Amino acid sequence: MSREKLDQIAEKEQARQSQFDKRIHCCISTACLSAGAGHTIQTLRDSVEAAPTGDEVEVVQTGCMGLCSRGPLVRVQEKSGEEVYYADVDSECAEELVAKTVSWDQAQAKQQKLSSELQTVRARLETARRKRSLKKHILSPDMPFFTKQVKVVLRDVGYVDPEKLEDYLAHGGYEALHKVLTEMSPEQVCDEMLNSGLRGRGGAGFPTGLKWNFVRREQSDVKYVVVNGDEGDPGAYMDRTVMEDNPHQVLEGMMIAAYAVGANHGYFYIRAEYPIAIDRIRGAIRAARRHGILGKSVLGTDFSYNADVRIGAGAFVCGEETALIHSIEGKRGVPRMRPPYPSTSGLWGKPTVINNVETFASVPAIIKEGADWYAQIGTEKSKGTKVFALAGQLTNTGLIEVPMGITLKEIVYEIGGDVPGDAEFKAAQTGGPSGGCIPNTHMDTPVDYESLQELGSIMGSGGLVIIDSTTSMPEFARFFMDFCVDESCGKCVPCRVGTVQIRTLLDKIIEGRGEPEDLDKLEALCQLVRSTSLCGLGQSAPNPVLSTLRFFRHEYEALIPTNA
Amino acid sequence: MSDTGSSNGKLKKAQEHPSGDERYVTLDRTMKRFHNEKDALLEVLHSAQETFGYLSEELLFYISNHLHVPLSQVYGVATFYHQFTFEPQGKHNCIVCTGTACHVKGSSEIVEEMSAVLNIPVGKTTDDGLFSLSTARCLGCCGLAPVAVINGEIQGKATPETIAEKVGRILADEMVVQDQEEAG
Repeated sequence: MSREKLDQIAEKEQARQSQFDKRIHCCISTACLSAGAGHTIQTLRDSVEAAPTGDEVEVVQTGCMGLCSRGPLVRVQEKSGEEVYYADVDSECAEELVAKTVSWDQAQAKQQKLSSELQTVRARLETARRKRSLKKHILSPDMPFFTKQVKVVLRDVGYVDPEKLEDYLAHGGYEALHKVLTEMSPEQVCDEMLNSGLRGRGGAGFPTGLKWNFVRREQSDVKYVVVNGDEGDPGAYMDRTVMEDNPHQVLEGMMIAAYAVGANHGYFYIRAEYPIAIDRIRGAIRAARRHGILGKSVLGTDFSYNADVRIGAGAFVCGEETALIHSIEGKRGVPRMRPPYPSTSGLWGKPTVINNVETFASVPAIIKEGADWYAQIGTEKSKGTKVFALAGQLTNTGLIEVPMGITLKEIVYEIGGDVPGDAEFKAAQTGGPSGGCIPNTHMDTPVDYESLQELGSIMGSGGLVIIDSTTSMPEFARFFMDFCVDESCGKCVPCRVGTVQIRTLLDKIIEGRGEPEDLDKLEALCQLVRSTSLCGLGQSAPNPVLSTLRFFRHEYEALIPTNA
Repeated sequence: MSDTGSSNGKLKKAQEHPSGDERYVTLDRTMKRFHNEKDALLEVLHSAQETFGYLSEELLFYISNHLHVPLSQVYGVATFYHQFTFEPQGKHNCIVCTGTACHVKGSSEIVEEMSAVLNIPVGKTTDDGLFSLSTARCLGCCGLAPVAVINGEIQGKATPETIAEKVGRILADEMVVQDQEEAG
């Protein structure tokens, strides 16, 4: 389909949306759904139907609005663009919300003919109008949770209906793809990425533009693009949210990469634990095919591209790029030595770009707004924004997007709203089983790739778990080591045997059988596993132990009997 | 799987299936969609488990035969990934998330309680085939930690009590059904 036809669809959808005086967005992503958003959205729809009003009101299902701990979340958007957020919206609150946000027309109330079911709803709305409990559900727009965030990747997440291509188009979707196909050479696209300073959001932070350039320069008739949606870090769900709530954004980013490197086929590799993400991405691919966005001549140009979904099967190591490639090829997901890197020899031996979901999702905005615009967000070496899944012992947990360089203090105390109850903030864990714990004494650390690494942690894919004073650090380290023992693929000895030995030592210490020299042994063993393992899993597995040994050594020492 | 005699018998039996067990039609369709390519092994295993509930020895033979992949490789791949199970699963299931966020909020207590209530270790199914108990690495609902999933429905901000109560109610309903069946 040509660009003009897509523009027509977008304009038609924009016109349709602008006829509504009010649009009520209801989050239906996993967290809100499990808090009862299914009932909430049904009540909203019924109430809007039963309310006697001259207003045109539309109830829209959207993705994540961020503050998952206060779900179900609802946002009322006025025609003027003004917005009000409501938290903990159960059915009762939904009725009051509708009764009070729509203009109540008494004359119409008498005339309107309603079915008996809607009459009951109307009666409830009449009662709801007199209630005064709505105020406590309103979230102040001045809340640091909202004001401290800068949204690039999540800009449209929570606004667009993820199951509707028209809505994505109405929000400027596929404009960036059209721009690169018609106005830019592949080289220019790679340069733009390089200038933006975007680095891989999967954790390692390799410059995206550089990676794309490697693949672009390879001479090969077949090249591939792979989206790494195997978000295995426990405590992280940024990629799930983006795939579920704005699947077309990831697809568009992937297609721009494909054009830049000269690939005509690509794969989404999504973990099996994310069934909704799998459905939505598949749905997006189907819709894109129907509208000529995917296929033989993309947007009427001579660029052709197709994408497929491959489902992971529950192996953490498959997040490692060479293991992921083996998994797509239908093999055991074990990593191999690099080089050759996938940019030279990837999927089926062909040059392959592998990037994380969030990396691809950042691409359309960079193309549309320009590399300079993106590069002014963040710090000298870490540009742009990062999405974090904020979890653990905090008042506000959920999904946030912050500029690189923001301090941990701002994230924990301002966005997160501090640790609830009497307990105190003790440490922030980043990077999952590959990362480390940053103690409360380093609260002013800016969140960027280098600073976190200096502290023995990593940026990781974006899990940020807050631990309070009730958690024992040696036990927490053992929790991660258990994970690594289970997830070690067994190919190389340091990781297969070393992780088990580390855990045995941790068991010994935690059970009170430790000897004074055990801590040094533990440290030496960790260094050995770190420096000799084959892939990132083994190389980073000791991080949680090393970082807790560094900052919380006294907790380990306290466990060792003094008479030993 | 070491007994070659019975393997051959099963191999033969598996080849006869397409006409008998309709579920094989679904599996055949998946294999056909991927043109019986070896690379599709993982997709085919997914499809097989989705259709049959678990991967029986028979199924692994069948897949090996159709994709022309050595049985050792099919078995190797299937056992590598956590997602695949080789035992029939219970009619109902309870999955407790043990990801980091859930861990720091006490998910291990939920696992212990459920294991005690159902009287089975994690990863097993009750003798009557009613309930399976398992744990997950991370379900990605960290904002609601701790989380458990009962029959596909996510239970956020869970406690050992709320989960035990839910499971207890399902078991009680099953008892009623059983009683009715026995009576009528």
